[in-house]
Amino acid sequence: MAEKLLEIENLTAGFLTMSGTVKATEQVSISIDKGQTVCLVGESGSGKSVTSLAIMRLIDYSGGAILDGSIKFRGEDLTKRSQAEMIQTRGNKIAMIFQDPMSSLNPVFTVGDQIAESIMLHRKKGKKEARKMAVDMLRLVGIPAPEIRAKQYPHELSGGMCQRVVIAIALACEPDLLIADEPTTALDVTVQAQILDLLRSLQKELGMSILMITHDMGVAAEMADRIAVMYAGIIVEEGSASDIFARPSHPYTEGLLKSVPGLEGARGEELFTIKGNIPGLSQLPEGCRFHPRCPHAKEICREKAPPAFTVKGDHHAACWMYMGDGGEAGWTIESIPEVSR
Amino acid sequence: MNTDNLLELRGVKKYFPIRSGLLNRVVGQVKAVDDITLSIRKGETFGLVGESGCGKSTLGRVVLNLHKATEGEVNFNGTDVQKLTGQELRRLRKEMQIIFQDPFGSLNPRFLVKDIIGEPLRLHERMTEREIDIRVVELMELVGLDATRRNRYPNEFSGGQRQRIGIARAIALNPQFIVADEAVSALDVSVQSQVINLLMKLQRELGLTFLFIAHGLNVVRHISDRVGVMYLGKIVELAPTEELFARPLHPYTAALLSAIPRPDPTRKRERIVLQGDVPSPANPPSGCRFHPRCPAAKAKCSVDEPKLRELGDGRQVACHFPLEAGSIG
Amino acid sequence: MSEANMQTSAVISPVEVQAAKPLERPPGPWRTAWSKFRRNPYAMTGLVVLLVFIVSGLAAPWLTKYDPAKIDLLYANLKAGTDAHLLGTDEMGRDIFARLLYSARVSLLVGFAVAAGSVVIGTLVGSFSGYFGGFIDTCFMRLVDVMNSIPLLFLNILVLAIFGTEFSYMIIVLILTSWMSVARLVRGTFLQLREMQYVEAARAIGVSNFGIIFRHLLRNASFPIIVNATLMVGAAILSESALSFLGLGIQAPQTSWGLMLSNAQEFMLVDPLQAVYPGVCILLVVLAVNFIGDGIQDSLNPRQKMSERRIDRWRKSFLKSKI
Repeated sequence: MAEKLLEIENLTAGFLTMSGTVKATEQVSISIDKGQTVCLVGESGSGKSVTSLAIMRLIDYSGGAILDGSIKFRGEDLTKRSQAEMIQTRGNKIAMIFQDPMSSLNPVFTVGDQIAESIMLHRKKGKKEARKMAVDMLRLVGIPAPEIRAKQYPHELSGGMCQRVVIAIALACEPDLLIADEPTTALDVTVQAQILDLLRSLQKELGMSILMITHDMGVAAEMADRIAVMYAGIIVEEGSASDIFARPSHPYTEGLLKSVPGLEGARGEELFTIKGNIPGLSQLPEGCRFHPRCPHAKEICREKAPPAFTVKGDHHAACWMYMGDGGEAGWTIESIPEVSR
Repeated sequence: MNTDNLLELRGVKKYFPIRSGLLNRVVGQVKAVDDITLSIRKGETFGLVGESGCGKSTLGRVVLNLHKATEGEVNFNGTDVQKLTGQELRRLRKEMQIIFQDPFGSLNPRFLVKDIIGEPLRLHERMTEREIDIRVVELMELVGLDATRRNRYPNEFSGGQRQRIGIARAIALNPQFIVADEAVSALDVSVQSQVINLLMKLQRELGLTFLFIAHGLNVVRHISDRVGVMYLGKIVELAPTEELFARPLHPYTAALLSAIPRPDPTRKRERIVLQGDVPSPANPPSGCRFHPRCPAAKAKCSVDEPKLRELGDGRQVACHFPLEAGSIG
Repeated sequence: MSEANMQTSAVISPVEVQAAKPLERPPGPWRTAWSKFRRNPYAMTGLVVLLVFIVSGLAAPWLTKYDPAKIDLLYANLKAGTDAHLLGTDEMGRDIFARLLYSARVSLLVGFAVAAGSVVIGTLVGSFSGYFGGFIDTCFMRLVDVMNSIPLLFLNILVLAIFGTEFSYMIIVLILTSWMSVARLVRGTFLQLREMQYVEAARAIGVSNFGIIFRHLLRNASFPIIVNATLMVGAAILSESALSFLGLGIQAPQTSWGLMLSNAQEFMLVDPLQAVYPGVCILLVVLAVNFIGDGIQDSLNPRQKMSERRIDRWRKSFLKSKI
């Protein structure tokens, strides 16, 4: 049995706006084992980034707050900590990398200095030693000629290189958990492939866990051990990567997978679509949040939000389809053959 | 000019000068588009793929005469677009339109939706306000928007809906040819497929010809009849879609295809991971521009620049040693 | 897959489209700004004060029976209240209250005329400069630099010496020395805005450069221009007062607050109130205008800042209600 590193339970986080409280995530529960990669997949406004900000407790700085739930990191509840205590954890035990590598780096310091700063801060090393370690870090993240690169400024490096530097800074303090928020979205495909490979090999080498946030099911398939699919602030489906791709159980997950054109098979035909638009967080529909766009929506979906039902083993989906033997809804998985493939 | 071709590019170059120093002297040139020759047939969708900085968007702008080409000809329906000025250029604007990537930046936030869609009509057609309103409603319905919301500002619409507004504006004047510049790249997956379907429907119904510029290869594959792959301002491979994706001839195309993450964890990965980054177009490598990153580069590649050559079946490739069929999975 | 196909077709043919009447037009950005402006106590106070000055300046002949220019040395330096001279008379027996009222006309006229003139010139120069860039930009910006290096005082003395002391000349001089800040501001905004994709979109449908500048971009640049213009009113009133105080602006028999201050300084020890009245008027009007300017700025800012305290209170109340 693997050791649990991070356990998020019933996390509800939100923001205060002019028109009242907006809950960006509701009742989100995820757990990450040591050395595991969990992918949080969702579209814009699904609350995936807010979840990561909540774990880092950075949400407090953007006018939001954790409203309910707990975030246990190695058994200790991060929500109970003060910001002063969080500073010790942030960038030390938990590190984070963001989508845009250019803006995560300070343009007026050399990349070597920026890595060294992180090392000096978290590992209490002297300046000279930290500099030397910074070069080692650059080598670790696969930057050629690291001695020269360390003396360069961010604008002298390409986007892919910068993302490697950002990763180096994040890893400089040997974190137990790396949160990667869309780390490859701003990069080209060939560079994305490099970065994903790098993350995978670093994980193997350092034994850290990764919480990866992405909108791309393809990236999730490459990286994830487990996948949680978010929609409009809640987790609609959660399970091992192989289960989710072999048997997408929530209509939303299924739609997501089906609406992306493939690289093989038929082309030029009408694509599968999920009708309608992603709802804004201030005008969420009643009942199941996906029901206005769901092709299988029934009466109960309009009225009551479904809890997470077990599909099979540790594969869960928040859809009435999976409630017991049909029960209230009066229909079973078998009655909807095109979903259970 | 072949009558089947709506658009023919011949030796098109676009260099941007790099200026520096006190006197703004030109110290170098970014060769964004470097000697491109291609033709687009009436009614087809021509896909243009490549990584950022390869010049695909610049090429789209040159085609529309939003940028003047440094050299070369852009023939549209037999007239050289680059030579047009004044009235003739305005008439051309009716025939060629563009759909932009950014659904937020491409609509003026201080215009009502009906004014955004109606603007081309006001500029080019002698229509009364009432006729414009009727046409705006018609267009909004055509692209799947609720026409009762035409009196609203764009900020009340979601990304996908805004992209539909941009599409409605582009087709307002019944153009023949549309450049779709990363038209679906910024959209969420669940909305992206809606917009792709819409574009394909409009093409069927209105007989449009598309130049579809994108970096998402799967989308390009889905929508295009033929595809050109660009690298550092040059077309390295051009082929009918099926063939290109099934049997890439250029090592860059092959690498690009293998780099796409696929939503299937069971699939055996045979990835060709390219080393290094795309070089700067201000200072491209000698010989074949791809040779420093090419896994199959030989001595010749760093000296001789390969020309784009015909290989039969409408395939063209710019490589001294094109991949054999089956050598790449 | 029949169900899936049904879904896709439902998306393409819109579900509920009534070509009929459009929905009501939402309140435009100005209306929204006004409703925010109204809730700003400082800005509203400023507006009221400014309106009071404007109205009393316009209604001056009805508010006082005295002629502000009428000299009557027999009744010089009367104390306030004597002989229906509400605020007394000055050293030449002119009614101070009447002079204050008529001065308001001058000051406000100068303020608004200068602001308007500067905005027109500055916007034209700035927008062309920012939009076209290159040679035009270089020329205009060097012109701005040159104008910025000519001192207001010097120019005013020059004009005074050559053309004489006409009221309108002073306004022209003030415009000539203050449009540069607007030009710089508008240029900066245009430099930013011209990179927006909707500019390229407009170009692609064949909108001319003038159409893009005046219909597309000016609308988006109007907020900072308005704020700047408001603040400029205050600055112009101050400049006018300073010039008049030095004897380079308004000349007798016309009157202005600056001129009144200048006259009053001789009697500072005898009757300091003579200096206080115009001083307070200048202070109030300029303060009011600046409050209004700040208010407009805040109300046009789409992202209203929430105070830390309010967020804290909300967080606490929410947590309490949960438990």
